Formats: sequence, C-alpha cells, structure tokens
Amino acid sequence: MTEITSESLGGIGQWVKRKEDPRFVHGKGKFVEDIYLPGMVYGVFVRSPYAHAKINGINTEAALKVPGVITVVTAEVLKGLKLDWMPTLAGDTQAVLAGDKARFQSQEVAFVVAKTQYAAADGAAVVEVDYEELPVVMDPEAAKAPGAPVIRDDKEGKKDNHIFNWKSGDAEATDKAFAEAEVTISQHTHYQRVHPAPMETCGCVADYSKITGQMDLYITSQAPHAHRTVFAMISPFQEHKTRFISPDLGGGFGNKVPIYPGYVLAAGVSFLTGLPCKWIETRSENIQSTGFARDYHTTTELAATKDGKITALRVNTQADHGAFDAQASPTKWPAGLFNICTGSYDIGAASINLDAYYTNKAPGGVAYRCSFRVTEASYIIERAVDALAQKLNMDPVELRLKNFIQPDQFPYKSCTGWEYDSGNYQAAMQVALDKIGYPELRKEQAEKRARGELMGIGVSSFTEIVGAGPRKDFDILGLSMNDGASIVVHPTGTVTARLGVKSQGQGHETTFPQIIAEELGIPQENIKLEEGDTDTAPYGLGTYGSRSTPMAGASTAMAARKIRAKAQKIAASMMEVSEEDVEWKNYKFQVKGVPEKSKTMAEVAFAAYTAAPEGMEMGLEATVYYDAPNLTFPFGTYICVIDIDNQTGEFKVRRFVAVDDCGTIINPMIVEGQIHGGLTEGFAIATMQEIRFDEQGNILNGSFMDYLLPTAVETPVWELDKTVTPSPHHPIGAKGVGESPNVGSVPAFVNAFVDALSHLGVTHIDMPVTPWKIWQILKEKGIAE
Amino acid sequence: MIPGSFEYHTPSSISDAVALLQQYGEEAKILSGGHSLVPMMKLRIAEPEHIVDINGIAGLDYIKEEGGVLKIGALVRESDLEHSDLIASKFPIIADAAKLIADPLVRNRATVAGNLAHGDPANDHPAVMLALGAEVVLTGGSGERVVPISEFFVDLLETALKPDEILTEVRIPMPPANSGGAYFKIERRVGDFAIIAVAAQVTLDASGNCASAGIGLTNSGPTPIKVTAAEAYLAGKALDDATLSEAGNLAEAASDPTSDTRAPAEYKKAMVKQMTIRALRRAAERAKGGN
Ligand SMILES: Cc1cc2nc3c(=O)[nH]c(=O)nc-3n(C[C@H](O)[C@H](O)[C@H](O)COP(=O)(O)OP(=O)(O)OC[C@H]3O[C@@H](n4cnc5c(N)ncnc54)[C@H](O)[C@@H]3O)c2cc1C
Repeated sequence: MTEITSESLGGIGQWVKRKEDPRFVHGKGKFVEDIYLPGMVYGVFVRSPYAHAKINGINTEAALKVPGVITVVTAEVLKGLKLDWMPTLAGDTQAVLAGDKARFQSQEVAFVVAKTQYAAADGAAVVEVDYEELPVVMDPEAAKAPGAPVIRDDKEGKKDNHIFNWKSGDAEATDKAFAEAEVTISQHTHYQRVHPAPMETCGCVADYSKITGQMDLYITSQAPHAHRTVFAMISPFQEHKTRFISPDLGGGFGNKVPIYPGYVLAAGVSFLTGLPCKWIETRSENIQSTGFARDYHTTTELAATKDGKITALRVNTQADHGAFDAQASPTKWPAGLFNICTGSYDIGAASINLDAYYTNKAPGGVAYRCSFRVTEASYIIERAVDALAQKLNMDPVELRLKNFIQPDQFPYKSCTGWEYDSGNYQAAMQVALDKIGYPELRKEQAEKRARGELMGIGVSSFTEIVGAGPRKDFDILGLSMNDGASIVVHPTGTVTARLGVKSQGQGHETTFPQIIAEELGIPQENIKLEEGDTDTAPYGLGTYGSRSTPMAGASTAMAARKIRAKAQKIAASMMEVSEEDVEWKNYKFQVKGVPEKSKTMAEVAFAAYTAAPEGMEMGLEATVYYDAPNLTFPFGTYICVIDIDNQTGEFKVRRFVAVDDCGTIINPMIVEGQIHGGLTEGFAIATMQEIRFDEQGNILNGSFMDYLLPTAVETPVWELDKTVTPSPHHPIGAKGVGESPNVGSVPAFVNAFVDALSHLGVTHIDMPVTPWKIWQILKEKGIAE
Repeated sequence: MIPGSFEYHTPSSISDAVALLQQYGEEAKILSGGHSLVPMMKLRIAEPEHIVDINGIAGLDYIKEEGGVLKIGALVRESDLEHSDLIASKFPIIADAAKLIADPLVRNRATVAGNLAHGDPANDHPAVMLALGAEVVLTGGSGERVVPISEFFVDLLETALKPDEILTEVRIPMPPANSGGAYFKIERRVGDFAIIAVAAQVTLDASGNCASAGIGLTNSGPTPIKVTAAEAYLAGKALDDATLSEAGNLAEAASDPTSDTRAPAEYKKAMVKQMTIRALRRAAERAKGGN
C-alpha cells in the first residue's frame, strides 16, 4: 500500500488550492443577489438627504400611483407592528425607519415595495417627505459641547449625546509613573472613519409562507445563527420555523455583522404579503448607511526613562459612534479589546479612559478586519512608540527591542489584564530587519537627506488578540461566543463537515477540510465543508474578529479526534486485538509493533456502518462546541520604505516586508492571500480612505468615485516572511491571521511617512496621508514651491 | 442606481440621428461610449426621455491622416488611440493622455468625441486638444460647421453644440518637424479623474528654441483652460529652467481651481506650475527625438 502522508492527504501545512475558486472564477458562485423566487417583490429605500431633520410628514400618494408599486412602508406603518425601532447588537436601539426625525444623511425613511426593482426605484423617487432641518453634530467635540442638540431625544430623559464611559488599567499607578518619568510624550491622533466596503453589498431575500409559518431568509450575514436567535428574540417568528441561509458572501470585513433595517423590512413585507421580498443595497447605500469602522480621536501619552524604558501608557479616547450605537463588540466590552493597546511592550502601568458619543453620522463601529478595536489600539501604540523614539533621538527599532515582552515572560500578564499566550517578538523583528536590510536603508536615508531627497522607513511590531472568546468573558447579547463543528464520516470513507462560522472569502471550504484530513487520514478532496444554513449548521457565533480558526478550527480538530477515538475501538475489533494494542500511526490504525497489520479510516468507516462491535452505536460522527481557555495572540513586524517627491508630495512604497507569526499554518497559500488582502486594505486606509462630511453633515465621498479603493497599479509589492510560535492552548496551535495585516500595516505606513519628514520636525500626520497633505508640510518647511 | 425610464433609438446614419435630435430637442441625448452619460442617468442627475444611440452608425471609427490633418471619427474609442501607430509616432501627447484615462474597461467604450462633447473640465482630452489647436466638426440640421476647440467649451458641462448637433469629427493639424508633446496628470489613484493635469505641445526651431507652444489645463477651472499667456511667452525662447519656471507661473496664474475631495485649491495651483514645467520639459525632449 502506498504511504499516506500529510502531503498526499492535503493536510495541515499543505499548499492546497482553494476549492471555492473554480466556482467563483466561472461566475457560478451563488450570492444573495442570485436568489430569484417566483412572485418576488423588491424593496427600495427612500433616504434622508439631511443629517438631522424633523419629519413633519410623508406623502406616498404619487409613489403609490407608479405602475408596479404595491405599497410604501413608513415608520407609521411599522409602529402598528411594534417594528419601528429595533435593538442593536450593542444593546442600544435603532430606528428601522425614521419616524420622528432623521438622524444621519442617508438614513432609511420609507421602503417602497414594487413588482420590479425599477418600479420600486421610480416610486422611491416620488415619495415626498416634509423635512425641517435641525442643527447637526458631526464629531465628539461638538457632541459634548454645552447646548449641543440632543440627537437621541427618543430616549426618555436623555439630555446629552454621551453614550458610555469605559475605563481600563490603573489610573493611580499610571499617574505616579508619569509624575516620576524622565521623559514623556503626548500625541493626538484621529483614526478616521473608514468603511469595510465589501465587493458584495448587503441584502436579503425574505420568503414567508402564510400556510406553514415558515420564514426563510437568504441574507448577507457573517453570523447566521446569532442573527437568527436575535431575530427570534425580538419578533413573533419562532426560531425553529426560521431559517437563515447565508449563501456565498462577497466579502464581509465586519460590515455584515450588524442587523440592518433592510433585513427587517424585507421580512416584514414578506410576512404581511406572503410574497418573497428582495432588498439589495446599492454601492452608495452601502458606504453611506451601513457599518463604518474606527472614528477614534485619541490622545496617547507615554512615560519613559531617558534611556528608553517605557514605564507607563495613558490613553484618552473620544469615540464617534454615529446616531445609534450599533457597533459590534462583545457585550462586556463596549470598546472591544482596545485595552490591548500596551501592544508588544512590557509596560508597568496603563490607564485607558474612553467616552463614546452620538453624532449625526451613520451607525457602526464594526470590527473591520479587526478583532474589536484592535486596529485602533495597535495604531496608537505603534505611533506613540515612534514618537518616543523621535523625542529620545533613538532608532525606533532599538526602542522596540528594549521594550518588547521577552520570550521567557510568556504567558505574559499585561497591566490591563490580558494573558498573552505566547510570542517571540525579537525573532519576528530580526527576520524583518534581515530581509529588508535595515542598516543599509538607514545609511541610504542619511545620504539622501544630505542631498535633499525624501525617504522614510516605517516599522510596526504589532500584537493581535483574536479568537473571542472564552465564554466567561465573551458574549453578544448573552449568547456565548463559542462555535460548533459537526463531522460525519460516511460509510465509504468520505466526509461532510458543518461549521457554525461563515466564510466570506477566507477559504474555509479548503482550510477546515485540511484540519480534518490531518486528524483523520482522509484526503481533503474527500471532505466537503458546509456553512451558513441554520437548518444544518451547528450553532456558532460566526466569522469576524479572526475567530474562525481559533474557535471553529479548534472544534473541528476536537470533533475529528472524538471520531478517531471511536474509530480506534472499531479498528481494534476489526483486527481482533485490544484497543490498547492499536496505535494511530502514519494516518492509519495499526497494531503496535506489527505495522503490516493496519486499517485505514475508510475501512473503519465502512465497518462503523456495517459491522460495529457489539454494544457500540453504529455510525461515525461527532459534534463539538468549543469554549476557548484563552484568546490567541498573533504578532509580527512590518517594515515599509517610502520615497517622496519633494515638490508634489507624491510617493511610492518602494518596499514592504511583512513578517507574520500566526502559530501553526494550515494552508500557507491561503495565509499569504489573507496577508496580501489585509496589507492592501491597510495601505488604502493609511493613504486614501476616509468618509468625509461637510459642515451640514453631507457625505462628500459616498461612492467609489471618491471613496477610493487601491488598484493593482499602486498597490505595493508585498514581501512576506514568517516565524511560527504555536499557541500553547489551541488544539492545533493555530492563532488566526486574517486581520493581522490590517492591524499591523497601518502604523507601518504612517510611521514611514513621518520618518521621511522627521528631520524637518514633523511628529505626526493624520490619515489618510495624501500627497497634498505632504505637500502642505513641505511648503510650510520651505522645501516645495 | 436605477435610471428613470427613457425611449431608446438606434439610428443607422448621421442624418437619421440628426432627425431624431431635431424631433426631440432638449429631451434627447446622444449615447456614444456611455461612460459619462450612463453614470449620470443611474444617479438620476440626468433623466433624458430619449436616448439616441449612435453606435450603430457605420464608418465613424477612423483615425487617419489627410491633407496634413489628423482626423478622428466620432466613434473612435480611447483604446483605439492606445493601439494606433499613427498616434504613437506623431502624437505622444495623445498617447500619454489616452492611457491615463479611466481603466481598460472604460477605454474600450469611451469615445474621444464624447469626452469632448461632455464639456467636463475634468476630462483629459479637452486640454490635449487645446494644446494641439484642434478643430471639431459639428453636424446638425443646417449642415456641417467647423469650430476651433478654443471656442468649443462654453461653461461647466456646456459646449458650443446645439441640441440637434453631433460632434462627428476631431481635426488636428499634423505637427511640423521637431515637435513633441506630453501630458502630465496628478491623480489620487490610477484611473481617477485628474486632481489637475497639464498638456504641453512644443515645436522647436533650428536653433533648438521654442518656435511655438500649446498648453492646456485639465480640471483647473470651470472649463478646460488654454494658457495663451504662457504660449505667447515661450515663443522664440530657449527652454531653460528659468523659462520653464516662468511658463509654470503663467499657467498657475491662468488656473482657477476649487477645493474639493481631490485636494485643496492651493495644492492644485502649485501642481499646475509643477506639471507645466515637467510637461514642457518632456515635450521638448521629445521634440529633440527623445522619449
Ligand atoms: C470609472 C470612470 C473613470 C473615468 N475616468 C476618466 C478619466 O480619468 N479621464 C477622462 O477624460 N475621462 C474619464 N472618464 C470618462 C470617460 O472617458 C467618458 O466615457 C468620456 O468622457 C465620455 O465619452 P463617452 O463616449 O463615454 O460619452 P457618453 O457618456 O456616451 O456621452 C457623454 C456626453 O456627451 C454627449 N455626446 C457623446 N457623444 C457625442 C457626440 N458624438 N456628439 C455630441 N454629443 C455627444 C452625450 O449626449 C453626453 O451628454 C471616466 C469614466 C468612468 C466611468
């Protein structure tokens, strides 16, 4: 018999080509937009042109006369059904349709339902809304100003725009360290409002049967089970008669975690009419009204000794949450995992104080390729460390090395309460320095500066915190953040596996079968993975926060191991030896010391259905729900080199080296793909993206015309490398990687820009760092004309 | 993103198209590449009741040299310019511009005529045609007329075209020997409309001085701008750094940009100067036979 190897199976560590790609490159993916049901009607929103306006009346007469229009739903109609407001995942409330007033530009005001999408759009164009404009509140400063208009006057007794205050760390110890500090720095940064902008916008098709009471909802959901449960909790629909189907998703990046008014309305319309109802956002609607990310205004302070040992970190943040608090963070963590902001450094004391405010902007604050505000945390600490290096006139690499948590300190308890499971930050840093040739670059930079040329080198050594999470700490509206895996080995030795997480392009159909292949000795091509259908998938809280591999990857391995344990008993019986005499070796069961006496998993599977031992249940399957003992802590070092035209401010990223450590790597090709994507997003955030508003609250760039996505032309060439420090507590040592490149790259870019101009006295540039911002600095410094 | 309803016409000759335009007047819009018109219709910024699609009219996709004049037909696409040897060898300025317009998908459809007829100062061809001293042929109910490009752009999205006229041909004088041109564009991202851009065409005399120059500015004011002051200033001068810098100053002075999501006006003005210098320098190099 030919030898079975990890390579022949397509097991862990193998470059298996993505199984989902053939259907995508052939245009045969099935997305929500591809669902067409007989008799289906279409809903289109009327949206508020004002950021803040009282609604005095809505006239739907003209719309109802448009041929094909069936009905126009307004808040008035929803009120009768008690559906005019809905809860958000953050425990706030959000208007499904604006009734009393519109609170952000593009807010949903009416829902026109028609036989065709065209008729619905024609109807929406002629709905007349009588608005009375109100003064707007566009940022936290304005929100807390005395006499500021109260945005949430729907909440009884609400007299201001404050949402919550959150503190972490030890303020007293921090103040003491600052009082004693030899050197301090203070830096203000705005991590601007950006949008995840998945290629596929949000949408759904609701299909309710008045006869059976069954509701099928095809929906762009990163968390179908969690969404269904919440839906059942707040509506008359019962969970067992409600089926959420999340088909192929064209990206999510956190944008498909919140619950949107469109879902509620499509479901409501189908319930009332008995007709399937489809709602699909346009690109502009997606950018303008659905979950944005970031928008943190922060002052970061570091205290340190003269020779560069950081002694304390103090952080003050004002968070802009928009008109409704619909951010997606675990319930006990209103600012997500923001207090991971001590980063990769051994800092004795830290104090974090954060206030969140309502503003007249779209709701959100989603975890855009980020484990709940970790991007914000990583950005401020990596910028601050550079600012300290600048003040101390010390190389930023040297300062980082001096303050890294040391390899022998793991598991490391941070002063904000996290237990870092593992790490070796120096090692990753060294790989990056060697690969990019750091000392030579610094030499080149000095020579260039002498000639008046501009070149910057940016370093970022980030720590992630992913895989939320242990259920003692992590829930969303009470639902434990644990995830299931269900594996069935069929009689002929092939496998169907189902997970509670939901791929949006991450390649789950390839990666998870590789784990099973490794554990069960069954070739990955004989393993099918299904996700996204609540009727068949085991329970789980979904995919975001890099949690699929830490959570569902663990439950997959454990379910496979449960199967193997049963299979071992069957194998023993087949080979007529006792269980103890059987070992799992070379991906099959063999009698200890008698390698020629062995059984493959396929042979055992057949026996499990045809000749299970007396007293044993037939079949070979297992379901496991995994509760993690801790989160996982991927990390890495990124180094970026930028050249700048000193007359125009135009720049080119000459090199970008990314060294990632995500623990055990299941599929290196998919990991590389994830890193490429995340780095490209980081590049976009750092250099081109920001949702901008004017003083009246009008969005200035609500489409891809002006909200820019990079193309292959300007995207830098990414040079990747790795170190591997497996997670000690995860069943296969994996940590999750999807978000690291976004979290880690953004400060690397900004640090490079600032580094290029640091000799001119520049200490910070707010994102997006554009040529014109650089030019303004160069002009002010007398370099550009 | 769903346009209002409209009636769709597919004339097969220019005279049929003109007849439709005469019949429907202001209610009708010509559709050529559709890459300016259709986006506006999808946003319902434009809601024409009649679309006159001229893509079915045969014989309008020529690029040819005739009697010392380059003639570009109404249905020549940007991608045709990119692949034309005549353009590559004689009009590097057009080749520069064409490959900076949008992306290959758009360029496969978008037409030069539509790019001019749209009257958008953000489009790239108007400045190029101003620098080259082109003419456009407008065909309508009362026949053909030829309009110098410098008289074609009236205001933002407004041209000399009458409601019943079609821009049927662009005419550009063939450049004399020792000519060269270049187009320099500052953009936020590849394929984007210009923050600003500068088109420069120069002809050198026997001594290597500038015999004549043409300079056009993109997205630097409500209409495309021809920098006549700089053109006059350069005539007869050696194109040294000081001269180029002064030409840049004159271009900057002629520009009138506004601040928007692309950049603040002060940056745009400064870049008009920088790009004028760089475009003139490249144009002069090319006039001397360089690339
Ligand atoms: C994503 C994107 C990026 C773009 N980027 C750029 C860019 O960087 N630079 C640039 O210059 N352009 C850019 N464009 C615009 C593109 O080049 C346009 O297609 C072009 O400007 C218009 O040409 P068209 O053939 O598509 O005209 P259409 O859209 O068909 O028509 C435009 C207007 O001109 C009228 N018209 C068209 N043809 C004629 C004619 N023969 N006679 C009279 N009137 C006519 C129409 O009625 C309409 O009002 C971009 C477009 C897109 C979609």
